Amino acid sequence: MVKSGDVLIDPLFNNNPIALQVLGICSALAVTTKMDTSVVMAAAVVFVTTFSNLFVSLLRSLIPTNVRIIVQLTIIASLVILVDQFLKAFFFDVSRQLSVFVGLIITNCIVMGRAEAFAMQNGPGLSAADGLGNGLGYGLLLVIVGAFREVLGAGTFFGRPVLLTVGSGGWYTPNGLMVLAPGAFFLIGLLIWALRTWKPAQVEKVEA
Amino acid sequence: MRSRSVVIDALAVSGMVCVVCAVLVSTAAVTLRERQVANAEIDRRRNVLTAAGVLREGEGLPAAEIERRFAAFEIVVVDLRMGEADPSFDPTGYDARRALVDPQASRAVPRNDAQILRVPNRALAYKKRDSSGALELLVLPIEGKGLWSTMYGFLALGPDLRTVRGLTYYQHGETPGLGGEVDNSRWRALWPGRQAFDAAGRPAIEVARGAAGPAATDPHRVDGLSGATITSRGVTAMLRFWLGEQGFGPYLERLRKETASGQVR
Repeated sequence: MVKSGDVLIDPLFNNNPIALQVLGICSALAVTTKMDTSVVMAAAVVFVTTFSNLFVSLLRSLIPTNVRIIVQLTIIASLVILVDQFLKAFFFDVSRQLSVFVGLIITNCIVMGRAEAFAMQNGPGLSAADGLGNGLGYGLLLVIVGAFREVLGAGTFFGRPVLLTVGSGGWYTPNGLMVLAPGAFFLIGLLIWALRTWKPAQVEKVEA
Repeated sequence: MRSRSVVIDALAVSGMVCVVCAVLVSTAAVTLRERQVANAEIDRRRNVLTAAGVLREGEGLPAAEIERRFAAFEIVVVDLRMGEADPSFDPTGYDARRALVDPQASRAVPRNDAQILRVPNRALAYKKRDSSGALELLVLPIEGKGLWSTMYGFLALGPDLRTVRGLTYYQHGETPGLGGEVDNSRWRALWPGRQAFDAAGRPAIEVARGAAGPAATDPHRVDGLSGATITSRGVTAMLRFWLGEQGFGPYLERLRKETASGQVR
């Protein structure tokens, strides 16, 4: 018996979409140079995964198997457009920085993966919890990576200076690697290492 | 029979999902549109003000305050073909970027360093006058290729139409921390006071490789962005393009003559 509590908490550490399933890496590299973009992107993905799972689950007995992927995609795409329009209207600056990556949530494997693997087999409540959990798991990693990248790469946190950079008369030389995509790769790699040290069950078995 | 009902089911469900989604998406698009357009306009004004030095970088002013400060500026429609202002043209809702894809509203230009292919027939510039009515600032829109992206910005010139008063970029996709530093306020602070033209009146402003001197001794050059040679080159090329023959050059020339002959317009 699956409990909604487990479904919600599991994706945070035990089955993290980025750290264990290694999905959604592209956007995790692209939007995490700053905290505000990371947080908004995380919220956008949480919204989309939660509601796409909910609606797909509600319709699951109606959706004919042969067109299910396209129906799921239509639902996901509509939700993504809603988010995009909302951000353009209420968070204009951040939406401009996120540019194409909000639209690309459509192609984020996490969203599609949860709809197909979970929401098609489970009830609406459980599915929504699963979507929420996976969105949060993705978002959590985004925010952690974003925090490191912004502080080390620019000396700021949410745009406010925390380490005085040499550029503005302080002592800290910003680490240029952090603002580039490879910096995010290193951080995600280190996070996966840390997580697997903490939870050795996640370590993949060496293939003989 | 059975396969037929499967097809009909599939069509019916997809059809219904499509209709519901379409209604949702279009409702959102229509209801939020006004806000989005207003946001884009305020953003543009904010950038004009930043280039003009009326606004400090990152100063989070409410929309009403932007509006108030922007009221000091008048919008000038510049006909880039003739090099003169075109007061008959109504700038409301005009988008020079959209004009670029309309062959009637733009023209192809010869190969240039800024990699600009087409130029709109009309561009919107912004004038600020001092209390006596004399020209105090002229803000010109500029755009051109950097390393990854087309960079869009504004250049502000002082009353002599030669001295740079500010440069801002409001949209670009350059590498954060390297070329992306075009929107760094410290780098932008190096621009005011530089001379955009040489003694012969040719656009001479340049982003140097490495460091440049202060404006007094090294008037045409600005420090390069480290690690961003191509972006720096792009800035040089686009400034020279827009100040040159194909860009605002003829208009600036005309404006200078008018100012010199005392015609305050």
